[in-house]
Amino acid sequence: MARHVSNSRKAVVTALAWGIGLLIFFPILWTILTSFKTEGEAINSHPSFLFFDWTLENYHTVNERSDYLGHFWNSVVIAVGSTLVGLLIAIPAAWSMAFVPGKRTKDLLMWMLSTKMMPAVGVLVPIYLLARDTGLLDTKLGLVIVLTLVNLPIIVWMLYTYFKEIPGEILEAARMDGASLGSEILYVLTPMAVPGIASTLLLNVILAWNESFWTLNLTAANSAPLTAFIASYSSPEGLFYAKLSAASTMAIAPILILGWFSQKQLVRGLTFGAVK
Amino acid sequence: MGEIVLSDVRKSFGGVSIIQGIDLTIKDGEFVVFVGPSGCGKSTLLRLIAGLEDTTDGIIAIDGRDATRLPPARRGLAMVFQSYALYPHMSVRKNIAFPLRMAGMPAAEQDRKVEAAAKVLNLTPYLDRRPSQLSGGQRQRVAIGRAIVREPSAFLFDEPLSNLDAALRVSMRQEISELHQSLKTTMIYVTHDQVEAMTMADKIVVLNAGRIEQVGSPLELYKTPANLFVAGFIGSPKMNFIEGAEAAKHGAHTLGVRPEHIAIAADGPWKGVVGISEHLGSDTFLKVQVDGMGPLTVRAGGEVELHYGDAVSLAAQPGKLHRFDAAGHTLSA
Amino acid sequence: MATQASRTASRLMLSPAVVLLFLWMIVPLGMTIYFSLLRFNLLMPGTEEFTGFENYFYFFTDPAFWPALVNTLTLVLGVLVITVVGGVALAVLLDQPVWGQGIVRILVIAPFFVMPSVSALVWKNMLMNPVNGLFAAIARGLGLEPIDFFAEAPLASIIVIVAWQWLPFATLILLTALQSLDREQMDAAEMDGAGPIRRFVHLTVPHLTRAITVVVLIQTIFLLSVFAEILVTTNGGPGTASTTLTFLVYMQSMLQFDVGLGSAGGIVAVILANIVAIFLMRMIGKNLEA
Repeated sequence: MARHVSNSRKAVVTALAWGIGLLIFFPILWTILTSFKTEGEAINSHPSFLFFDWTLENYHTVNERSDYLGHFWNSVVIAVGSTLVGLLIAIPAAWSMAFVPGKRTKDLLMWMLSTKMMPAVGVLVPIYLLARDTGLLDTKLGLVIVLTLVNLPIIVWMLYTYFKEIPGEILEAARMDGASLGSEILYVLTPMAVPGIASTLLLNVILAWNESFWTLNLTAANSAPLTAFIASYSSPEGLFYAKLSAASTMAIAPILILGWFSQKQLVRGLTFGAVK
Repeated sequence: MGEIVLSDVRKSFGGVSIIQGIDLTIKDGEFVVFVGPSGCGKSTLLRLIAGLEDTTDGIIAIDGRDATRLPPARRGLAMVFQSYALYPHMSVRKNIAFPLRMAGMPAAEQDRKVEAAAKVLNLTPYLDRRPSQLSGGQRQRVAIGRAIVREPSAFLFDEPLSNLDAALRVSMRQEISELHQSLKTTMIYVTHDQVEAMTMADKIVVLNAGRIEQVGSPLELYKTPANLFVAGFIGSPKMNFIEGAEAAKHGAHTLGVRPEHIAIAADGPWKGVVGISEHLGSDTFLKVQVDGMGPLTVRAGGEVELHYGDAVSLAAQPGKLHRFDAAGHTLSA
Repeated sequence: MATQASRTASRLMLSPAVVLLFLWMIVPLGMTIYFSLLRFNLLMPGTEEFTGFENYFYFFTDPAFWPALVNTLTLVLGVLVITVVGGVALAVLLDQPVWGQGIVRILVIAPFFVMPSVSALVWKNMLMNPVNGLFAAIARGLGLEPIDFFAEAPLASIIVIVAWQWLPFATLILLTALQSLDREQMDAAEMDGAGPIRRFVHLTVPHLTRAITVVVLIQTIFLLSVFAEILVTTNGGPGTASTTLTFLVYMQSMLQFDVGLGSAGGIVAVILANIVAIFLMRMIGKNLEA
């Protein structure tokens, strides 16, 4: 139901909202703009907003350093890989808990959540030593394993809240209609759950892409994703603002775009269904 | 064929006994209604027959074969759910065809059967729509269509009309009755609404707290309820129950008399004052506060002009009194 | 509510997730507890010996411990206050009819998707740098002396960066909660003669309480382990001015290779986080029943 609001009031609110929105977005906007400047322009003590000589030179430079693409690829493998493995483990588990709940299902869910509450630093040393001793330190596989486990509770929870919304009667109807367990999951559950699975995938790729504790502590040169690569700019290369901006823009752009698509799911996923 | 025999069927959930030993024979082609208040176990009983729940004890036989341990798909039954349980991502056509597809029927034959069912149910124009684009009544018919194409040995209905509005409920009720007349297939129908039970059933099974209270035709239950529970549950408005001196006069602990069996008579023995009166046109329902007996509901003629505060005298029609003992059992006349 | 067959299938499908998470929880935690009772330095292999609670004693008496604890609490509380107050204000603003609402939402949410190392670098170099940063340029433009943020107010600067990252999260959740507010309830209150302010105080705020609690608890979990922002900007300094518990443990175990001491610190962090977690779990558990 639309409430009547006078246009003048709407104009004031609009101006305010846009002003604050742009202010919050400004650091990102500034980074994107700077990435198109020359290094000299970027540190100009009278910075210009739009009226400078736009150049793609920084992107060329950053891309030519082949290690940038390598780190980008590491990020993709680690984020997508850990999400897919997580989904593979989580879909059957969430199916069980949503459609065949037992007396302990709730406790089990809460316990899964509790593993997420453990601060990473509390287990940093053993994980580091285990990774070192198994040869998984500074490998993509090692990070895929760790991030799968780190995000598994969120994946299970998100899928659980989505599966919960599929009425059990529909699955029972399929059973009455002669569907086997396999057909039930293939023809009825999966098509109905696809939107939920897709948003779970999206949110977890975002979380894994930005994860900055394990990726910084468990990698060195070989498997460092963008989080670690960008962190290496902290000095002294960070003083090359334009190149830093170009690298940053490329590191955040894919996730920024994915993220904007997944706003709604984000709330549900990160609050474990407590706010919808 | 569709004879279903339950022998001492029991079900408990985590130590709580929901179904406490049901023996029941449903004959082929019969329309049986399970009725009872919510929580009486009627839906659970239906789900046990469907195979959606395991029995804790007892035997369910379908057409003479022990089906107790068979999965739902192999019992040859079809079910219509309260929420219709249509597959939202499939068209009406695919919904109805789903059980045939699961049975591995050739596509051409599937089409033929779906078209035929759609014709019977007036769904032909909607075959390519999604369930979300249909009205409640249409969805209900799709659910029924999905059930009839399987040509099951029995249909199971789980409160199928409770999501429809009152007018639609009456017409769907008639459609289901007509369907039963034309198919002659066994139907088991669960409802909490005794009007649905009375209007549709060949045989009513009244359930309460996981037990059968009484089994019989609608009129049998109406005329000779076995106990207080059935007497109070069947019939609308509810039977009046009178305790105390008036009951003792008739040698009973509780006396029952239906509102339609009380007459307004100038020389009637029960004197009272009219409280609320509901004028429906066809009938008038009066709430009469009778001296020494409490309130009685009385069904009077449609054009009776009685209002709040009027004094009336009432008399029970002879031979229409029901007598119950202290345990609630009917005393024989 | 199911048959024996489906229960068996369900148990089979549940077990991989349960077993993996159980191992993930119990093995490292057990090792951390064990290490925390040892004298164990990676630079001196072969000298491990059981020392009881000595590491805990050293951890608590480390001159960096109290500053780290205070910094951790300051960081968490500072960010929470900024994001909750700012989040409520922004959510209420964005709940109004606004031209281009979708775009404003996108602008406001964006910082949440920026990886911590990028946001830390952008703020550190391009905005807060005392020589070449934009803030310095603005200060000079206004005729003021530029501030060296990370030297003069390292913790406050980090709080600003982290708050910028988490404000979108708070806003988004509070906005979602706000939109689920029953309009009929609002209309009823208006009929009852409650003005906009009283409607806000008596209906909106109680309705948001739950969402605010969720925001506070979830952010606390994440804020207790803020790491990249500190590593990139100040490295915990100057001195211990911006060292948090997480960063202290990282320094002890990864830079000084004192595994025993780091493990003791890790256990302390686990205990702290668990206190928060218990409240969070109660909240979500209640919701599960509803």
